[in-house]
Amino acid sequence: MSDNPTVGSADPGAEVVTAEQALAKSSRQSDIEALVASKGGDWDALLDDIEYADSEQIILNMGPQHPSTHGVLRLILDIDGETVTKARAVIGYLHTGIEKSTEYRTFTQAVQFLTRADYLSPTFNEACYCLAVEKLLGIEVPQRATIMRVLLMEITRISSHLVAIATGGMETGALTGMTMGFREREEALHVMELITGLRMNQGFVRPGGVAQDMPPGWEERLDYFIKVMNQRLPEYDELLTGQPIWKARLQGIGYLPVQGCLQLGITGPPLRSSGLAWDLRKTMPYCGYEEYDFDVPTTTNSDSYDRYLLRVAEMHESLKIIKQCRERLKEPGPVMVEDKKIGWPARLSVGADGTGNSLEHIRHIMGESMEALIHHFKLVTEGFAVPAGQAYAAVEGPRGELGAHVVSNGGTKPWRVHLRDPGFVNLQAVSAMCEGGMVSDVVVAIASLDPVLGGVDR
Amino acid sequence: MTETPQTTDVATDLAHTGAGALTGPTGKGAPVPPITPERHGMFHARDTGDTSGYGRLAIAPVTPAPATRPFGGYFDEVADALAAAMAERGIPESAIEQVTIAATEMTIYVSRAHLVALLQVLRDDEALRFELLSSLSGADYGVDVPRRLHVVYELLSMTYRRRVRLEVSVNVDDATVPSAVSIYPTADWHERETYDMFGVVFAGHPGLTRILMPDDWVGHPQRKDYPLGGIPVEYKGHEIPPADQRRAYT
Repeated sequence: MSDNPTVGSADPGAEVVTAEQALAKSSRQSDIEALVASKGGDWDALLDDIEYADSEQIILNMGPQHPSTHGVLRLILDIDGETVTKARAVIGYLHTGIEKSTEYRTFTQAVQFLTRADYLSPTFNEACYCLAVEKLLGIEVPQRATIMRVLLMEITRISSHLVAIATGGMETGALTGMTMGFREREEALHVMELITGLRMNQGFVRPGGVAQDMPPGWEERLDYFIKVMNQRLPEYDELLTGQPIWKARLQGIGYLPVQGCLQLGITGPPLRSSGLAWDLRKTMPYCGYEEYDFDVPTTTNSDSYDRYLLRVAEMHESLKIIKQCRERLKEPGPVMVEDKKIGWPARLSVGADGTGNSLEHIRHIMGESMEALIHHFKLVTEGFAVPAGQAYAAVEGPRGELGAHVVSNGGTKPWRVHLRDPGFVNLQAVSAMCEGGMVSDVVVAIASLDPVLGGVDR
Repeated sequence: MTETPQTTDVATDLAHTGAGALTGPTGKGAPVPPITPERHGMFHARDTGDTSGYGRLAIAPVTPAPATRPFGGYFDEVADALAAAMAERGIPESAIEQVTIAATEMTIYVSRAHLVALLQVLRDDEALRFELLSSLSGADYGVDVPRRLHVVYELLSMTYRRRVRLEVSVNVDDATVPSAVSIYPTADWHERETYDMFGVVFAGHPGLTRILMPDDWVGHPQRKDYPLGGIPVEYKGHEIPPADQRRAYT
């Protein structure tokens, strides 16, 4: 690393090299014969240049604005003809400093930032952060709030897997898969909107419970969702599972066996496609998942096709859990801890002006009790203090282990929040999955990892 | 503010007891640094006369408490297995600075000199088998705290379904920690992010470059002395300062 050759160190007998070529040689230390920089202009002239070059090797920048890289992901591919000899992922194009921003907000407000990290799995981001904060607080959330969290997480898992299949289909030319995936995702988002008020980035899961109880009419809406999904999920099998083109594009592509997964820290469907039934919901249960009846599907081919099969199978399993949540939610109960120092005082309902408020609570703090007003003001603006220390909580997100490391210094704001995003870790496998394959298979391999760049870059 | 009571010296309070942190009656070894500084007053009021009444308030630094035996749960088994494995491989007991059990989690504070050897033991020993490095991240405990930069390793044993946390702390002017990439290749991007955000240099990393910020960025954004930025918000004739300049309630 220390003795990079420089332009001046070339021996005097050698032919003159341009600075550009020397830079390419010195920094890459590879055997590239010529560097053809694509600066626009005439394609014929450019192709002539390539023809004169002795090597077939081309460095190709794929992204960050490429439609099939799943987001603002940049790939630097060394290609020899159609074969990828080296693949490197460059990230950071969507870095928004979410972790830093949370340090200047209260523990409750931080949820609104973190939900926007991996924007396809907002409930998971909220839940793992809240579980970590609750560990630090040493509190137990009410049973009904936990069931609601499970319900929302499983609906989110379905909508996230649908996008994974839809965008993966779009990137490989299976456009009907795309239209179908987004059609069903709408159904999932409608249910989320009814329960939380927002389609995405809800900020509904809060430290201590959830923001509100289930709205009126949720049973019928959820029954309709279950009915529609039961009808339409088999359509994915009919359209894609047995389809020869889909199989030819996906089978054997993006191969990563279990040893590679563990070394690279890969979790989620890629790990389960290599035969290891590691699902935190089963292996290290949280939110009472041990009480639900569901299976963890696994396959053994470790390729993109198996990861597709697993996503479809996991949606069926999620539907099973949703049905069980529906039964358990029949029993009423509180959805926020009783501790008035932590739980927000109002049980909000949507008022006549469309904003959330509670007339009873407003009467209490504005007309009856000065202390209640002070308490309300302090809890909302200052927040609640969390004992100094650190905690790590992990949930099984749609893409793998989603963890939150939360540090408190005893104040009302998180001292440090780190999201262990599965997309960030899983993207490290791009090199292992793509090198030696074809350029067109790079797209398939990345789609099978299903990174969401909002979570990758945070 | 002039007559603040002296708080106890953290270093003497946590003097080395002689027994190893893993095998002794308490998980106490070499002193670990506090996670908060000694604080005076309230609401960050410094430049004007004290009108809050909190001016003479002194808050002692918080230091993670060493755990006492039995640690409870699987933590005792992990500690015993680790002590045995360390003895077998000739790693001195002083490599473990402290064991803390808090929030139902086990944190092992280790010295950076033995970090890689310890990770190797934790991964390979039959009774430990922490196959997966779940997460590696940094934390900056603030400018007034000794050894303020911490690196946190969240290890996961899939065989025994256990989690344990390793923590290393270093000074800003000597922010070098050996790289874990040779043991856990997944540490590659985690360490690049920690370097990018906190400026911790991981010695032996195959290509320690920035990963989230642009290559030519100056500074490490998640350090506590790096400003958040932002502009004051005007609201009906009043001005609300950026989030990092508002008063704090600690």
